Amino acid sequence: MSKLRIATCSLAGCFGCHMSFLDLDEQLAGLAEQIELDRSPLTDIKHLAGDGIDIGLIEGGVCNAENVHTLREFRSRCRILVAVGACALTGGVPALRNGIPLAACLGEAYLHGPGIEAAGVPDDPELPLLLDRVYPLHEVVRIDHVLPGCPPPAAAFHALLTAIIAGQPPALEYALRRFD
Amino acid sequence: MNGNDFTFVLDGENIRFEPGQTIMEAATQAGIYIPHLCYHADYRPRGSCKLCTVKINGRFGSACTMPVQPGMQIDNDTDELTAMRRRLVQMLFVEGNHYCPHCEKSGNCQLQAVAYHVGMTDSHYPHFYPLRQLDASHPDMLLDRDRCIACELCVRASLESDGKAVFGLAGRGSRTRVVVNSESGLLGDSDFSADDVAARICPTGALIPKREAYLRPIGARQYDLRDIAHNAPPDPPSPEQMP
Ligand code: SF4
Ligand code: SF4
Ligand code: FES
Repeated sequence: MSKLRIATCSLAGCFGCHMSFLDLDEQLAGLAEQIELDRSPLTDIKHLAGDGIDIGLIEGGVCNAENVHTLREFRSRCRILVAVGACALTGGVPALRNGIPLAACLGEAYLHGPGIEAAGVPDDPELPLLLDRVYPLHEVVRIDHVLPGCPPPAAAFHALLTAIIAGQPPALEYALRRFD
Repeated sequence: MNGNDFTFVLDGENIRFEPGQTIMEAATQAGIYIPHLCYHADYRPRGSCKLCTVKINGRFGSACTMPVQPGMQIDNDTDELTAMRRRLVQMLFVEGNHYCPHCEKSGNCQLQAVAYHVGMTDSHYPHFYPLRQLDASHPDMLLDRDRCIACELCVRASLESDGKAVFGLAGRGSRTRVVVNSESGLLGDSDFSADDVAARICPTGALIPKREAYLRPIGARQYDLRDIAHNAPPDPPSPEQMP
C-alpha cells in the first residue's frame, strides 16, 4: 500500500498543535510506515506537491491575506482537510482582537503603546495585510474533519490518522474531545 | 388505564412519576439525564434554552416545563434530538465569546459539558464575536458577559433564594444581556455577595468567584473524564481546596 501523503501548516497559531502531534513520540515511528510528510514546518518543504495531498492538517485561524492564500491552496490540493485546534475552530487567542477595530490594534502596537520608538505602522510590501478580524477556518473554506483542543491531545491525532488510513470515519472518544 | 397508573414511557422504558411532576423532574428522579441548561431543580422552570426538547407523542416539547401525563410516549436519547441539540449548543457558542482554553470555568462548565455530551466538536456556524461589557467591579465576583447564555438562573436565585434582586435580563434575541440592579449598573455597587446562592448558580463561566480560577488541575475537573449524563453538577470547591 502506498503511503498517505500529509501536509501541515500553522496559520494564526502558536505551533502548540504541531508540538502535540510530535508528542506521539515513539508512535510516530509506526505512523511513518504509513504516512509521508509533504509541506510542513517539520520538513521545511515550502510548496505542496503538485499532484495532490491526502490529508492537510491546519493549525491556527485566518488573520491575514497570506493565511487566506495558504488555506485556499491547501483546500484545492488536499483530499481531506482537517481543522486542528481551538484557533482553527474558533479563532482562539488571536481572535481576542476581533472586538477591537484594526486601526486601534495597529495604533496600540506601533504608534501609541508604551515603549515605542520610531512610531509607524509597518508597511513593507512583503508583509501580508491583516484582515479586519481573525476567522475560523470553516468561515473561509470547507473543512472535512476537526480535532478540537488547545492543543488536541497527541492521541487525538493518532486516532484521526489511523482511522483515515484504515478507511474509517474518524471518531474521537470522550477524553479526546476537549475544548481546552 | 386506571386513575392510579402513574407511568409514562421514556425511550421505551416504563417510568413511574408523581402527579404534578414535569418530564424533567420525573426523568431525573428515575436517574435519566435529559440535557438542560436553564433548568435547575431549585427554581421554577423558565423554558428558554430549549436544550431539553423531547418528543412527546411525536411532537416537540420542553421537558422542563411540560407536566407528565399518564401514558405519554417520550423520546429523549435519539439521534434526531441529539443532532438538534448539537445545533442549539453551537448557536450558544457562536453568539457569545467562548474561549474555553483560557476560561476559568473550563472543565467544570455545564455548557461545555453539554457540548461534549451532544458530540459537538466544531462551531458549525459563523462566529458573531459580539462586544459585551466585562464587569470586574465586585471585590469577590466577576461578571464576564461574553460567556453568558441568558439562562436567567442568577436572576431567579437572587430573587427566590437570596431575597435580593441583583440581576435581570434586558434586550431581546441575541442581544439579551444580564444587567445589574445598582445605580451605576456595576456589580460592585450592588448588594451582591459571594455568599449569595446566586454566586454559585451560573452554569457557565459568566458569573464566577474571583481567586478560585484553575484550582483543580486538568484531569481532576468535574467533566474531564465523565460525561455530564453520569455526573452531578459541580460542587463549589471546599475551603481546603482554597490556596
Ligand atoms: S463558559 Fe464554558 S463554554 Fe464558555 S468559554 Fe468558559 S468553559 Fe468554555
Ligand atoms: S450570568 Fe450565568 S446564570 Fe446569569 S443569565 Fe448569564 S449564564 Fe445564566
Ligand atoms: S432546560 Fe428546558 S428549556 Fe432550558
